[in-house]
Order: sequence, then C-alpha cells, then structure tokens
Amino acid sequence: MQSLFDIFFTSIFTQNMALAFFLGMCTFLAVSKKVKTAIGLGVAVIVVQLITVPVNNLIYTHILREGALRWIADDLRSIDLGFIGLIIYIGVIAAMVQILEMTLDRYFPALYNALGIFLPLITVNCAILGGTLFMVERDYNFTQSVVYGAGSGIGWALAIVLLAGVREKLKYSHPPAGLRGLGLTFVVVGLMAIGFLAFSGI
Amino acid sequence: MSTLKNTLLDPIFKNNPIGLQVLGICSALAVTNKLETSLAMGAAVTLVTAFASLAVSLIRRHIPASIRIIVQMTIIASLVILADQILKAFFFEISKSMSVYVGLIITNCIIMGRAEGYALSNTPLKSFIDGIGNGLGYSVVLIFVGVFRELLGSGTLLGHAVLPLTKNGGWYQPNGLMVLAPSAFFLIAIFIWVVRSLDKSQQEEG
Repeated sequence: MQSLFDIFFTSIFTQNMALAFFLGMCTFLAVSKKVKTAIGLGVAVIVVQLITVPVNNLIYTHILREGALRWIADDLRSIDLGFIGLIIYIGVIAAMVQILEMTLDRYFPALYNALGIFLPLITVNCAILGGTLFMVERDYNFTQSVVYGAGSGIGWALAIVLLAGVREKLKYSHPPAGLRGLGLTFVVVGLMAIGFLAFSGI
Repeated sequence: MSTLKNTLLDPIFKNNPIGLQVLGICSALAVTNKLETSLAMGAAVTLVTAFASLAVSLIRRHIPASIRIIVQMTIIASLVILADQILKAFFFEISKSMSVYVGLIITNCIIMGRAEGYALSNTPLKSFIDGIGNGLGYSVVLIFVGVFRELLGSGTLLGHAVLPLTKNGGWYQPNGLMVLAPSAFFLIAIFIWVVRSLDKSQQEEG
C-alpha cells in the first residue's frame, strides 16, 4: 500500500493535476493573468477538492461499487452501479459547490467575497472531476482519498499561482505577434511542466 | 444553404475552439501521445457535442432559465456515459489507454459552451451542425498534435513503423520528450502561432 506521505507528495509535484494530467486547463489559462485572482481560485479549488473527493469516495465504496449494496440486503450483492458513476459524481460536485457557496455566504462573508465568481466556475473545472475519477481508478480508501484530495488541490493551486507570476512579468516582453498572449502562455506552461518533471527523480 | 456550410466550417479554422476560444483543452492534451487515441477522443467529443447541442436545442423552449445548467449537465453526462460504454464494448484497448479522460469529456467546456452559447438560441438542425463543426475543429488540433507526438516520439503512426528506430537497426533516434506531457503544450503553441500568423485578425493586442 502506498504510504499517505507518498500520495500527498506525488499528487502535488510529480503527478501535478495541471502540469502532468492537463486538468482544469480552461480556467488555468483564463484566470492566470493576475497573482491575486490566481490565489483566490487556487484556495477555492483546494477547499472543493478536499470535500468532494472524500464524499465521492464514500459514495463509491458504499453505493456504486460492485457488491457495495450488501449492507441493505444480501440479494443486492451482485448489483454493480459503476456505470452511472459519472452522472452521480458531477451531481455531487455541483451540489457541494452550491452548498459551500451558501455556507460561505452565510458564515464567512469575507471569504465569500474574496472567492466571488470562482466558486461556480469550479463545477466545470475538470481538475475536480478528474480528482474523483483518479481516486476511483486507483482504488483509494477513505483516508487516502482525503490526503489525495488535499494534495491534488494544493498542486493545482501551486501551478496556477506560479503561472500567474510568470505571466505578470511577461507583459514586458516582445514576442512575435502571432505568439502573443495565448501562444506564449502555452510555451510557459510547457516549460513549467518540464520543471515539474524534475521532481520525479526524487 | 451557405449559412449551414459556414456553421460547419467556421469553427475548424476561423473560430477554432482550442486556438481562439480557449475551450476544452483540459481533456484534449493528455490523450494525444498516440494518433489512435487522438482519433477516438476527437470522434467521441464530436458526437457528444453534436447530440448534446441537438438535445438542448430541441427542448430549449421548455427549460426554465434557472435550472438550465443542471439540465445541460444531465444531458451531457448521459451522452458521455453512452460514449464510454460504447468505447468499452467495441474498442476496449483504446478505452483502457484513455483511462479517466473519457469521463472527463463531461467537463469539456466546448460541449457546455456550445450548448449554452449556441444551441439555446438556434434551431435543432443548425445546432447539430454547429456541434459537429466545433467537434471537428477540436479534432483537427488533436490530430495535429497526435501525429507529431507519435511520429517524433516513437517513430510510428497508428502503430505502424514509419521511421525505422535505431534500436531496430534503423536510423531514427526517437525523441523521448514527445511522449511526455510538456511537448503537447509546445505543439499547441506552434499550432496557434501558425494559425494566427496566417489569419492576422486572431492576434491579441500587445
């Protein structure tokens, strides 16, 4: 069994959600123009990831997985609901984001205002759904899924804050006209991905 | 009929979903280290986009605005489950190498973007064509990246040896970087650069 520390460390560095698995790219590229907004979105992703991965883990192990329904009646042992997993996970994510939004609005208005528009955006962020799907594929147990959720969220946040930092400086450069903006951003992300590859030697 | 043709062809180069609209990159890049998976991914996304647009457009007058996102999500998720099951049943090897990325088609922003931005205000036929067009625009980029990564990374195309490798007595030394994640970013950057150099109207303000 993979140690918890191992899961945490690899999910941040060597298997970084954004740079190694290309997840959450749309928001990654769109919201990384300023460091401040990048930090806001990064924190939101960490929080949502930390909640949804363990919740989906519980749903998977106790309802969807083959033989999981045994706790209701023994006859249900052969039922495998794995195929409707996708629709359930995305529903859970959407619901969790909604609940989180309302809770923050009610009890932590300062944080709610800071995160602002980013919370609803997270529903369609593939890093969140990707985290859940990887958790299912790798068969993590509950503790592992908590650690994995935290690690993958932190890794994604780290990547977007770094990219925003680089892009703020890029404003002063003079690239060829066709490469300006999006093209150059892709090159930078590619270089960052190479940098993160170096961690796999550890 | 020229408008229908434009609806189909515009998204491929003029208004490419990846190159210009920056949509749907998430699930696109990871599967492109082989041409085979790129083709499968492109086909799956094209079909899901087309049918999702069609379905949303058919019921567009009956969806209350406040819950439209969740209705679209449900339609898309059902179609993706269908695509996933078909891939598993008929192309098991490909489906295995695409792992979680089939499921991630759900959060592919192209599909959501077309349903939200086009299908909600257009007739079913036009929406269907628009979905196919955008799916093809997405596939073009995927195939471009897939061809280069497989050819330069392992000297093959669709599994057939094109460039003889040095380890098999040939002359081509494979470029290991092409198989890894970063090369996809560079290839997309080159694609954007080429398209934007040819079509100056797409360039961004400096």
